Amino acid sequence: MIDLENIQRIFPVGDQEVHALRDINLHIDAGEYLSIMGPSGSGKSTLLNLLGLLDRPTAGRYRLDGQDVTTLSDNQQAHLRRERIGFVFQFFHLVPRLTAAQNIELPMVLAGLPVDARQLRVQQALRDMGISDRAGHRPDQLSGGQRQRVAIARATVMQPGLLLADEPTGNLDRASGKDVVDILETLQRRGITLIVVTHDPELGERAQRRLHMVDGTIVNDTAKP
Amino acid sequence: MRSIDIARYALGSLNGARSRTALMLLAMSIGVASVLVLTSLGEAARRYVSGEFASLGTNLVIVLPGRTETAGGEPSMLIGDTPRALTLGDAQALLRSSLIRRVAPLNIGSAPVSYGGLERDIPIWGSTAELLEIRHWKMGLGRFLPKAEWDRASPVCVLGQKVRKELFGNQPVLGEWVRIGDRRFRVIGILESAGESLGVAVEDMVIVPVASIQRLFNTSSLFRILVEARSREAIPRVIEHITRTIRERHQGEEDITVITQDAVLATFDNILQALTLTVAGIAAISLGVAGILIMNVMLVAVAQRTTEIGLLKALGAPGRQIINLFLAEAALLSLLGAGLGLVIGQIGNGLIGYIYPDLPMGTPLWAFVAAIGVALGTGLLFSLLPARRAARLDPVQALARR
Ligand SMILES: Nc1ncnc2c1ncn2[C@@H]1O[C@H](COP(=O)(O)OP(=O)(O)OP(=O)(O)O)[C@@H](O)[C@H]1O
Ligand SMILES: [Mg+2]
Repeated sequence: MIDLENIQRIFPVGDQEVHALRDINLHIDAGEYLSIMGPSGSGKSTLLNLLGLLDRPTAGRYRLDGQDVTTLSDNQQAHLRRERIGFVFQFFHLVPRLTAAQNIELPMVLAGLPVDARQLRVQQALRDMGISDRAGHRPDQLSGGQRQRVAIARATVMQPGLLLADEPTGNLDRASGKDVVDILETLQRRGITLIVVTHDPELGERAQRRLHMVDGTIVNDTAKP
Repeated sequence: MRSIDIARYALGSLNGARSRTALMLLAMSIGVASVLVLTSLGEAARRYVSGEFASLGTNLVIVLPGRTETAGGEPSMLIGDTPRALTLGDAQALLRSSLIRRVAPLNIGSAPVSYGGLERDIPIWGSTAELLEIRHWKMGLGRFLPKAEWDRASPVCVLGQKVRKELFGNQPVLGEWVRIGDRRFRVIGILESAGESLGVAVEDMVIVPVASIQRLFNTSSLFRILVEARSREAIPRVIEHITRTIRERHQGEEDITVITQDAVLATFDNILQALTLTVAGIAAISLGVAGILIMNVMLVAVAQRTTEIGLLKALGAPGRQIINLFLAEAALLSLLGAGLGLVIGQIGNGLIGYIYPDLPMGTPLWAFVAAIGVALGTGLLFSLLPARRAARLDPVQALARR
């Protein structure tokens, strides 16, 4: 599903350069459950953003489902993000003025889906996340765990093949963090490719495949002993 | 993304930032309202002046004795020291054209008018029955000068309202005899009060047959000949006809001046039109200011909503869609502001019309269209920069902020 070849990401900072990613080679199959761990500043988020087409590599090639996506235009990348990739963030990033249901609906609104189809899928997503009774609540009326469940529903409502989560439990207490992980793993078992960046070793250990990054390189990959 | 969803989303974000929205609506509506009020004022002034001219008589051509040199400004005569007088015969000669509907000879003088023990100096107009129609006056009481031979000096007169009040008070007046100079005249009518008609105090005058005034002042010349052309288009040919006819009667001398109110009116019209446009331009500047305010507030909105924009991009919204969302917001604001401005402007116009009932207030259609168009235009134009800035935001950095 994912093929990274000699990926580099260099940030120019003043007249210096920061090598956030150095020569990353990575292959990920569809349906895998992958965790990325490593010290702060090791490039985990940078890698995830590249995978999610939110950022472009300085050098190297990225193929998604066999298609070279590094050469695509911004609009084509946006289209791929909409149809094939879901994001879950540490800080949820829900739109404050929209209700839970409206936040979940947002990607389908952007995609221009017809209203009745949208309603159907929103109801289904709310049920899947166990927050049907919170449909009309705005984010500030929800707990952290509920907010993250809304965010996951939003990330998956377009039924993408790839779900990227950057420290999804980083802002949650243990109990609600556990709930969120359960939901993500359920989604993965149903077939989605799940990549989780985390600082929590316990959460990282749950993944079938674990990457360890240090200073912009993958120093350990459980798939390649 | 569907248009209805774009509109709903834009409305939602406007609703989500009420004070910002209110501020922009205020700026926009003040701009639109001032365009409407100021153009209405300009239009009203134009119509007021046109109305005054119309009350002078439509298609009016005035013949003056003596030739006015266009270059010099001062009237100067071609031959001799005095211009050759215009006579009743000249006036009558003009009637022989099918292009001319009416002709009224006119003489004006001032004489003591008395009734009972009261006496006053009052302007006396000497003319014929045609004057009433040419000047668009109306009778308040009785009738105007009789349609008779012009050289018949019947001893009848028509009074203005003020003259009547001063000489007669509330007593009956029709059929009474007043003394004008050394002659006696029977009052046969009272003019309706028409206020001031371009400098002519209709209330303060006495009208007698032209032959009578000529005897009164012992003259055979006329002060003016008023000519009403059959139509506006006929006026140039009428002027030509008048000039030719009088020249023939005056042994080939061109010793008259012909003026049309059309020429004067056109000049006034141009001046006032320019005034209206200037004033509208000034008002449009306030719309421009509103536009700049919108731009600033929109820029702040983009800064405040950075994460939201980053999120939209992460969810797969292309830059174009984000531009559309912000432009839709601006368009909604502009339209709502323009709507509000229309209401405020119309209330303002109504108030002005109420305070100054003489002003024919009324907004020309083009002002409505222009106000709404300019509002929408500035709103969109000044939102383009913020919208494009939003569309170019780097989603990673936008989302890195909390
Ligand atoms: N926009 C940027 N400009 C300059 N340097 C950047 C930028 N983004 C990331 N970096 C640098 O790249 C390196 C990797 O950053 P990244 O955010 O990927 O780390 P991380 O592993 O996610 O860390 P954390 O665990 O703290 O989230 C860091 O040294 C960071 O300073
Ligand atoms: Mg990170």
